[in-house]
Amino acid sequence: MSSVRVLVGTKKGAFILTADGKRQNWSVSGPHFAGWEIYHLKGSAADPNRLFASQSSGWFGQIIQRSDDGGKTWNTPGSTPEELKSEGGMPKGESNKFTYAGEVGKHMWYDGSQHPWEFKRVWHVEPSLTDPDTAYAGVEDAAIFKTTDGGKTWKELSGLRRAKGNLWQPGAGGMAVHTILLDPKNAKRIYVAISAGGAFRTDDGGVTWKPITRGLKSPFELPDPDAEVGHCVHRMTLHPSRPDVLFMQKHWDVLRTDNAGDQWNEVSGNLPTDFGFPIDVHAHEPETIYVVPITSDSLHYPPEGKLRVYRSRTGGNDWEPLSKGLPQKDCYVNILRDAMAVDQMDSCGIYFGTTGGQVYCSPDGGDNWHAIVRDLPPVYSVEVQTLK
Amino acid sequence: MIRVGLPFHLRNLARVDSEVTLDVPPPVTISAVLDALEAKYPVLCGTIRDHGTLKRRAFVRFFACKEDLSLEPVSTSLPEAVVKGEEPFLIVGAIAGG
Repeated sequence: MSSVRVLVGTKKGAFILTADGKRQNWSVSGPHFAGWEIYHLKGSAADPNRLFASQSSGWFGQIIQRSDDGGKTWNTPGSTPEELKSEGGMPKGESNKFTYAGEVGKHMWYDGSQHPWEFKRVWHVEPSLTDPDTAYAGVEDAAIFKTTDGGKTWKELSGLRRAKGNLWQPGAGGMAVHTILLDPKNAKRIYVAISAGGAFRTDDGGVTWKPITRGLKSPFELPDPDAEVGHCVHRMTLHPSRPDVLFMQKHWDVLRTDNAGDQWNEVSGNLPTDFGFPIDVHAHEPETIYVVPITSDSLHYPPEGKLRVYRSRTGGNDWEPLSKGLPQKDCYVNILRDAMAVDQMDSCGIYFGTTGGQVYCSPDGGDNWHAIVRDLPPVYSVEVQTLK
Repeated sequence: MIRVGLPFHLRNLARVDSEVTLDVPPPVTISAVLDALEAKYPVLCGTIRDHGTLKRRAFVRFFACKEDLSLEPVSTSLPEAVVKGEEPFLIVGAIAGG
């Protein structure tokens, strides 16, 4: 029987939640890396036992951790006991070395001056779909890095910052590459999204990038609401069967594109508010999408204190609230951009985590929900692996 | 033999329980101790000082013999008591101030 493994990054460590295919009885493992902020952890599609985790601290900086046994044990890449005894001698300790390539360059600062790029942390790790040793890291200040040796070393794909990077300006939450989407049908095509930076696409494996923001409107955030860069994209997602169709939750507005980002159209429709952070697609229904509306950019909690996921079965515009099993009064949590995921079971499971420490699961596509855990630290990210 | 005290999270990263000891040839400076520490425990590279610039991370402090050496040049020689192993060189996470 299939099973699921839910990877949860929190403010104070990582947790791994496991269940069989019924997804009713859960085991909880953790905290892993107790006391550290875990922005994200994700498993490799090419080798489900290989997991990457981004561990960081305001004191001690960035660490990359890797597990090769499904999260039972972890090592910083290059420092397993076997590698430490290798003929190559001691590792160089470069698994957390994220240095910008070439001229560091500058971006727009809050006061309008130009400010040098400064690495702060890894927000998101996206393993390759085909090679367990290859993964991408989205970092703050905004850039994308790539490893081809299982995380021992990282190299920047600096072409992204040449896509008008001098005009990017951090918002209050920082300026980070938080979304990386790999096209399963075109290995050269990658999409990324940057808070207060916009959305970008490469068609040559990361050498050159271009903004893909036509159709985005940001009248309250940008002096030029149709600007090519600067839009505050909160999250993008795609269904692997149709990688040219993307869905986006922007600061305000939910949008879709049917041509790989060349043109976006708003599909907020009847949502009670179109502000929010995560967005995801059903595993087997490419036109079924999920968002969690949040009151506003000033009020980061659900409208009326009612936690509701909204589902559209029509690729947007027509939305229905899903609330069975979710708190419908006095709920003032937020759901962060990387904290929603879906599994691949026949009855698709939907998962999300909250800043109140709950992780919810719906094993039936959103109709019914239950809390897997209720008292974790604030949840930063949720990923799911479906194991055969 | 130089004794170095690490904060909780760095002890966990380095997988050590208490103070670590290092062979550091003279002159025993702040940077020489950090070089030796990172050579013995590569996982600590980048956690105490920045990878590229080798500047001390903002919220890491260096104490020895009841003195705060954090703002001293890294070429500063450590006190004789540290060189002799009578006192540890302490790497400390700054107070969070919460």
